[in-house]
Amino acid sequence: MAVGLKTVRRPESGTSYLRATLKGMALTFTHLIRPDKPVLQYPDEKPDLSPRWRGTHRMAVHADGRPKCVACGLCPTVCPSNCIRLVPGEDDQGNRYPIVYEIDEFRCIFCGMCQEVCPVEAIHVGRDFENAEYTRERFIYDLDRLMAQDHAVTDLWDPEDPLGQ
Amino acid sequence: MHEVGALTGWAWFILTMVKILLVFTLTMVIVAMLTLMERKVSAWMQDRIGPNRVGPGGLLQPAADGLKNIMKEETYPSAASSIFFIIAPMLAIGPALITFAVIPFAAPLPTPWGILDMIVADLPIGILYILAITSLGVYGIVMAGWASNNKYSFLGGLRASAQMVSYEVALGLSLIPVFMLAGNVTLTQIVWSQQQELGLWYAFPLGLSFLLFVISAFAETNRLPFDVAEAESELVTGYHTEYSSMKFSMFFIAEYSNMITASALMATLFLGGWDIPFWNGDDMRIIAPGIVEGAAPAVWKTLLTLMAFATKTLFFIFVFMWVRWTVPRFRYDQIMHLGWKVMLPWALAYVTVMAAAILTLDTLGVPFGFMFGLILTGVNLVVTLLFLLVLDRDRIIGGTAPMAPGERGRMPQGITMTRRPRETAGVGADSNISGDIAGQETEWP
Repeated sequence: MAVGLKTVRRPESGTSYLRATLKGMALTFTHLIRPDKPVLQYPDEKPDLSPRWRGTHRMAVHADGRPKCVACGLCPTVCPSNCIRLVPGEDDQGNRYPIVYEIDEFRCIFCGMCQEVCPVEAIHVGRDFENAEYTRERFIYDLDRLMAQDHAVTDLWDPEDPLGQ
Repeated sequence: MHEVGALTGWAWFILTMVKILLVFTLTMVIVAMLTLMERKVSAWMQDRIGPNRVGPGGLLQPAADGLKNIMKEETYPSAASSIFFIIAPMLAIGPALITFAVIPFAAPLPTPWGILDMIVADLPIGILYILAITSLGVYGIVMAGWASNNKYSFLGGLRASAQMVSYEVALGLSLIPVFMLAGNVTLTQIVWSQQQELGLWYAFPLGLSFLLFVISAFAETNRLPFDVAEAESELVTGYHTEYSSMKFSMFFIAEYSNMITASALMATLFLGGWDIPFWNGDDMRIIAPGIVEGAAPAVWKTLLTLMAFATKTLFFIFVFMWVRWTVPRFRYDQIMHLGWKVMLPWALAYVTVMAAAILTLDTLGVPFGFMFGLILTGVNLVVTLLFLLVLDRDRIIGGTAPMAPGERGRMPQGITMTRRPRETAGVGADSNISGDIAGQETEWP
């Protein structure tokens, strides 16, 4: 099979340096005087994130401040990047609760499967992207940190309503 | 003629000192503001907003930058030659700041003690002083490049010196027609000549001179499209790669004050300096201490002419920035080509043409005045168009495209692009491709 040959035709006028320069100057000038700059004043204005944006996690809490997590172990099992560390515990009434619940946000690939698999809607991925920290250790979010997060959580994709309407 | 009274003794001394201080301070402040303007203009051209965090509309950004540069740690490369490394920024900034001294920036100001000319030093050698001092500026750059002991700095310094040497010639030659027409190299006289004697800004009767001067000035100030000396994409930042904090800032100030001087010079030489067009009320000059020829000086006239001068200078500064954020950088060989093969011969030929034209007009007995200027404008229109035509047909940007056999220095009509045949031999389909390609005339740059 022959590879197609493309011949770029350049008219004599198209190679004029002066003309090209003047055209460029005119173009930059129109942009210079353009009043509506498509700029988001970021720290003041936040971008509209999609309702399905998957960012750093958030743990839902009960009214009395306990985490909703029942330490079933589904999220560490389903997690493809193995970033969740869960040590389950059980109190004297037989209620299971997480003794340790840590998410390594560096390992996390933000697939959102932990949220999908959670039977009690405890762990969520959130609509948040401002995650800067000063140390690497700070990126391992422990239970308190996850419970303290207050950003909006991601809406799960509903197969019956694929466009989210 | 107006007898205004000359400044003498202490009044002269104090007022001159005030003038020097004012000009120096203003230059520094304007340099600071230009860094902001540069960023704003570039931002707007790229559909951004630019610095707007510090102060109203980002107005205090230069102050923040300056503070940052003073606070920053100074680094000295261990392999650098420390003496020259320190001297270099001083050598760059010194000439840049003192060139403004001979540029008249407003009409003479009448004071209770006598007339004060609005120029720091009205030297009789005028432009020659500027040419001499600006050539010194390159020593700072070359020294910075050499003393840093860094290959990028070295290449930057090398390029800067080559470029300066090349364009200095064209710059000087483009000024000769101005001297011929003005009969003088003093900038106040050149302004007067444009105001009264010729009654026409030199940009018209010396159009090509103006064009050549603008191009050379871009090269002399190391601004895009001639900034190979600090070409970021090739040389990190060229000659000031190793410099940090205030020493870097000094190179920056030098670049911007060079830009101010170049713009002011363009305005003075070719756009009538502080002359307000279509108005004779500001046409004046000091012919002897205390004696003003032409219109009567007044404070409001001084202010108005100062504004006119600032407007013209700012216009050229804007053009500097406008071009910088539009035109890509020339290749090194293109710069040398433009300098030696286009600018130099054309400037030389132009000197001859203008000399002949002026001589012819003098011989014919045309009085030196508006008509004289108009005829020269006509001559210039033809010469400038010819220059632009030749410049364009010669294709200084050509040469990157593959050339047809036998073709030299010209862009081919059509550029043929093919895919490079795969190197994997033995596969039936692949050898087929190679076979097809081999039949075509293919040249790889």
